[in-house]
Amino acid sequence: MKPTDISNPNYFHKVVDCQWACPAHTPVPEYIRKIAAGDYTSAYMINWKSNVFPGILGRTCDRPCEPACRRGRVEDEPVAICRLKRVSADYKDDVRGLMPTPDARNGKRIACIGAGPASLTVARDLAPLGYEVVVFDQDKQAGGFMRTQIPKFRLPESVINEEVGYVLDLGVEFRGGQRIDSLKSILDQKFDAVFVGTGAPRGRDLEIPGRAEAAANIHLGIDWLSSVSFGHVTSIGKRVVVLGGGNTAMDCCRSSRRLGGEQVTVVVRSGFDEMKASPWEKEDAMHEGIPILNWLVPKEFKHQKGKLTGVVFEKVKAVLDAKGRRDLVPTGEPDTLIECDDVLLAVGQENAFPWIERDIGLEFDRWGLPKLDDKTFQSTIPNVFFGGDAAFGPKNIIWAVAHGHEAAVSIDKFCQNENIAERPSPLTNLVSQKMGIHEWTYDNGVSNDIRYKVPQKSPEIALRDIKTEVELGFDPKLGYAEAQRCLNCDVQTVFSSKLCIECDACVDICPMDCITFTDDGEESDLRARLLAPASNLTQDIYVQDGLKTGRVMVKDEDLCLHCGFCAERCPTGAWDMQKFALEMTHAGTGCRSKA
Amino acid sequence: MSYLAKPKFHHPAIETNELGFTHRDYEGSISTLCAGCGHDSISSAIMRACFELSLPPHRIAKLSGIGCSSKTPTYFLGQSHGFNSVHGRMPSVLTGANLANKDLIYLGVSGDGDSASIGFGQFAHSIRRGVNMVYIVENNGVYGLTKGQFSATSDRGSKSKKGVANQDSAIDMAAIAVQLGATFVARSFSGDKSQLVPLIKAAIEHRGAAFIDCISPCVAFNNHEGSTKSFDYVRSHNAALNRLDYITTRAPITTEYEPGTTQVVTLHDGSKLRLAKIGADYDVHDRVAAMHHLHTKQASGEIVTGLIYMDETPHDLHDSLDTVDTPLNELNTPQLTPGQKALDGINASLR
Repeated sequence: MKPTDISNPNYFHKVVDCQWACPAHTPVPEYIRKIAAGDYTSAYMINWKSNVFPGILGRTCDRPCEPACRRGRVEDEPVAICRLKRVSADYKDDVRGLMPTPDARNGKRIACIGAGPASLTVARDLAPLGYEVVVFDQDKQAGGFMRTQIPKFRLPESVINEEVGYVLDLGVEFRGGQRIDSLKSILDQKFDAVFVGTGAPRGRDLEIPGRAEAAANIHLGIDWLSSVSFGHVTSIGKRVVVLGGGNTAMDCCRSSRRLGGEQVTVVVRSGFDEMKASPWEKEDAMHEGIPILNWLVPKEFKHQKGKLTGVVFEKVKAVLDAKGRRDLVPTGEPDTLIECDDVLLAVGQENAFPWIERDIGLEFDRWGLPKLDDKTFQSTIPNVFFGGDAAFGPKNIIWAVAHGHEAAVSIDKFCQNENIAERPSPLTNLVSQKMGIHEWTYDNGVSNDIRYKVPQKSPEIALRDIKTEVELGFDPKLGYAEAQRCLNCDVQTVFSSKLCIECDACVDICPMDCITFTDDGEESDLRARLLAPASNLTQDIYVQDGLKTGRVMVKDEDLCLHCGFCAERCPTGAWDMQKFALEMTHAGTGCRSKA
Repeated sequence: MSYLAKPKFHHPAIETNELGFTHRDYEGSISTLCAGCGHDSISSAIMRACFELSLPPHRIAKLSGIGCSSKTPTYFLGQSHGFNSVHGRMPSVLTGANLANKDLIYLGVSGDGDSASIGFGQFAHSIRRGVNMVYIVENNGVYGLTKGQFSATSDRGSKSKKGVANQDSAIDMAAIAVQLGATFVARSFSGDKSQLVPLIKAAIEHRGAAFIDCISPCVAFNNHEGSTKSFDYVRSHNAALNRLDYITTRAPITTEYEPGTTQVVTLHDGSKLRLAKIGADYDVHDRVAAMHHLHTKQASGEIVTGLIYMDETPHDLHDSLDTVDTPLNELNTPQLTPGQKALDGINASLR
């Protein structure tokens, strides 16, 4: 097969599974090494540059990096990447002095509508470049859903204030408590560009019999959560039913437990494994004594004299139809009634743009979402950009940040009169990590070590106050131990055929049987002929020709421990461990044409 | 030259043998030899052979003398018996061990210094006596531990790392083993495991003196231009006699060859070694022809590898001594001191 082109920035990037899976492509192994070294400040700043909200994300991120983590494939569980991020935020020094100093104003004015993670990322990227950024939000404080939706027992207010503060302190003007009811009015203010990061603010309702009659005790989950957040709601009935299986449902049920809910039940239409909530969030809810009931579809709200008395559910099962699509069909068993005092609806969120006039040239698709370029986030009005949940529907904070970075690049190029479709690829670098015959810049001793649990407050204490943070976070000692589980996947095995004498030393030493020297063939044939078959097709095989015997070197990247033993055993330096650094192209000189 | 222990992690789909062991279970401690040493590849081939034969590690005894090669038994078969003897004395210690307990599999690991110089006589007599063992010489043609002097197996005219040509004639260990009466003689190359592993397997199954001369480039002192034991030289002068397929009694034959191009030899346990002939017609049973072939090829500067000679009905030391079936170390007091009556009988028979 064709030899692998390692100059393609994506090749080694893909090997760093966590970084590849992260929407913002945070250099995870790099900051984990800093944590292990006790350099929390550097670890924090690496994160801050990449994902803007390390302390917030270290508590709340949806962590796409963790299911991708190579440790999960060679052992049982991935590295606790997310909670390590929190370690960097918890133990860093004062970082205010490390924040960028904004350049002199360049005369361009940018409006960001909504003060959530997407808008704040745009502001963070553009303000230091000299842009005058104005952020509008209906709430008095910035943060958006991070502030209003995520319960304080998961994300303390101080963390939000700190990290939102770092952004606003870059000379960003925040106009809080100012709800925008017209995009046209903003456009009329002659901003050079407008970024819409208004999220997906509308909770989906559930129109079944009894909804209107029992309305007083039926609450839309996201609205209820923000009322709780603002202190408008301080109690709930003793028996609560939460409908829905996503993370909002988990936040609703756990909040209920803290506001007087004694029997809180989550009821989900689908099965436990298909629930949208992250596994750890389900675990946390169950840990607080909240049962999750599956395969129950709400049929009717029961009520008496205008007061909710319970919810009737129909039992269903999943059946695959002729096309292989899953369908929920009634099992025929008798309906179940769950008696309750309050119901929280967490059955989905929707975008809503009632404030955007339909006659100003901004086009929407048939799902009510703005028509956007999927790379530049530009709408049909050239100087209006979207990002976060407002762009492609509800996702999560880290996606909002990633969108924000991209939108900031677009806005920067747009304001500099450049073609915004031209997106410079990220900068990459490969540097040898060799310091001696068996010394490397990184800890290459890999040992079996199961994932450490994050210490928590006991439920008795945690449930007493909605503002008490449940997770205590790793202390430096646990943080170090967990950090050492990282396999340093960014330190790449780089092979040079010219130097190889085919002594087999690397093949013999490789603990995972990753390396094979064999006759060339097509990829599928090669994969089957390796010392250990490369059956994980989502992982590349690294092929190099040019050997004296005419064979090829094939390395399966899938389970490589990055222990560097191949390079230590190589007598000629044909193998080397080189650190792959990826610098995402953010707004600024890096994204602009070199001319 | 790693001082870190090899991680315990292994491939999740790692193969297991009949005993439920993986090839990792046949490993020893981490090698301290130079990175890229041919000896490490031979260790790896030994582990692979033992794994594939599903040998219980505790039924193997590995013995060695002194030298880089003789250090290697530490780096494989960590669960086996081991004896690191005096320089050149491995064959005698092995012979003694074998006499005491004939049930173990004996693996003698030695080098060109240990076997062709200081231990040459020991080597010769253990082969002559037909001790049931696998005798592997990890032959790099150089004294690596003392920084690169020529050894007794360095070819005349071969150059040292500093460019000096060797004036002495070389000892061909394989040719001598054939002459001394070894019943299984092979030569291989550390850089060709597809040949080496089946040879080691066959040698283990051979019940008699099995000798393997394994060329093993010394990356530190003998892998340069002008050396006749470098990776490049061996690869370009390799006159392989045969390609080998080790066939267990159970496994089906998978590869097919043209009729007349293969020779099948039967080993002690009924397993078979199929030899796909390469080049000239060569009969591994013809001892005289084997010697002739070795000398002819040597004269033309080629290195004969593969199975060189084999006697399918070997005779070993225990046969010669007519020892009892029970290993001597298992005989107990009543058997060893049968009493006055037995002594009287023996004495009577001598009168």
